[in-house]
Amino acid sequence: MRDISLHLLDLMENSLRAGATHVECDMRLSEEGRLDICLRDDGCGMDPELQQSVLSPFGTTRTTRKVGLGIPLTAANAEKTGGALHIHSVPGQGTTLNVHFNTRHMDCLPLGDVAQTLWTLVITHPLSPEFTLTMASPQGESRFSTEEIRSVLGAEIPLNEPEVSAYLRDLLVEQAQTIFGGLLL
Amino acid sequence: MKTLQELEAIRQRTLERISLRKEDKEEAVRVVIGMATCGIAAGARPVLNAFMEEIERRHLRNVTVAQTGCIGMCRLEPMVDVYTPDGQKVTYVLVNPEKVRMIVADHIVNGHPVTEYTIGAADKQD
Ligand SMILES: Nc1ncnc2c1ncn2[C@@H]1O[C@H](COP(=O)(O)OP(=O)(O)OP(=O)(O)O)[C@@H](O)[C@H]1O
Ligand SMILES: [Mg+2]
Repeated sequence: MRDISLHLLDLMENSLRAGATHVECDMRLSEEGRLDICLRDDGCGMDPELQQSVLSPFGTTRTTRKVGLGIPLTAANAEKTGGALHIHSVPGQGTTLNVHFNTRHMDCLPLGDVAQTLWTLVITHPLSPEFTLTMASPQGESRFSTEEIRSVLGAEIPLNEPEVSAYLRDLLVEQAQTIFGGLLL
Repeated sequence: MKTLQELEAIRQRTLERISLRKEDKEEAVRVVIGMATCGIAAGARPVLNAFMEEIERRHLRNVTVAQTGCIGMCRLEPMVDVYTPDGQKVTYVLVNPEKVRMIVADHIVNGHPVTEYTIGAADKQD
């Protein structure tokens, strides 16, 4: 994977496949360059055995191939920077992934385009689930929530309507630029 | 700065557009892009983005873009299925933003699938 934002897209795809109705991504960059990402969903969750096995490529419930790469690849890229990936999951309730990267480490991937990752997910899921993205850094904090957007738009307007989708893209780009611009991009 | 007032104005315009569209019976084209790890690593996100850009640029109102998981042919990703109102499905393989512009112009707008990018053409090369 070329950058962290693509790993995030990939991990949030897991949440969608788990049938989540809420998918949350919280990203915090510290003064010292430590990036903490928390992904939370209310999907089907994983039992302890599956949770153990997904850190290896052979833990997958996919039937189209024998290996599941999303989690092991992300974990490897985090560990290369002295960071880590932790899973906390409760069957029937949901899953939380905590991923930590040290962005100052020379092996750290670039952050990539977080705005595009969120936008891609939202416009291809225009009616549900709800997505939340919080970004924080020494430059400030921002929050993007499809639920809040929908409370203004009304439930009858899908988020992939051309004008809405353009608005959401601009909003996300603006937020990512404000929080991470000049620091990591 | 993006504001909520702006969103409120968009809401009004979009509601009008939706009610107008209900009257015209133009049938929909559906574009489905593979978005599992294999697809994303091979470049599915910029491919999806290129579709959105072309749709916006050409004001195509009857095209929707959706995503799917892994269908087990990871070495041919990014893969894209195009469903047209005539009931046909065409599967494109090893798609990139350049190919997207051709697929939109030739297939979606003019109705001629770009045969050389399809899965059938890829099979023949093996
Ligand atoms: N958020 C989640 N909720 C429930 N189950 C999950 C979640 N994330 C991962 N899993 C389970 O863990 C398995 C491994 O996930 P991983 O992303 O590593 O591979 P994959 O999704 O199976 O395949 P790939 O990511 O390579 O397309 C999944 O098949 C799924 O069963
Ligand atoms: Mg996955």
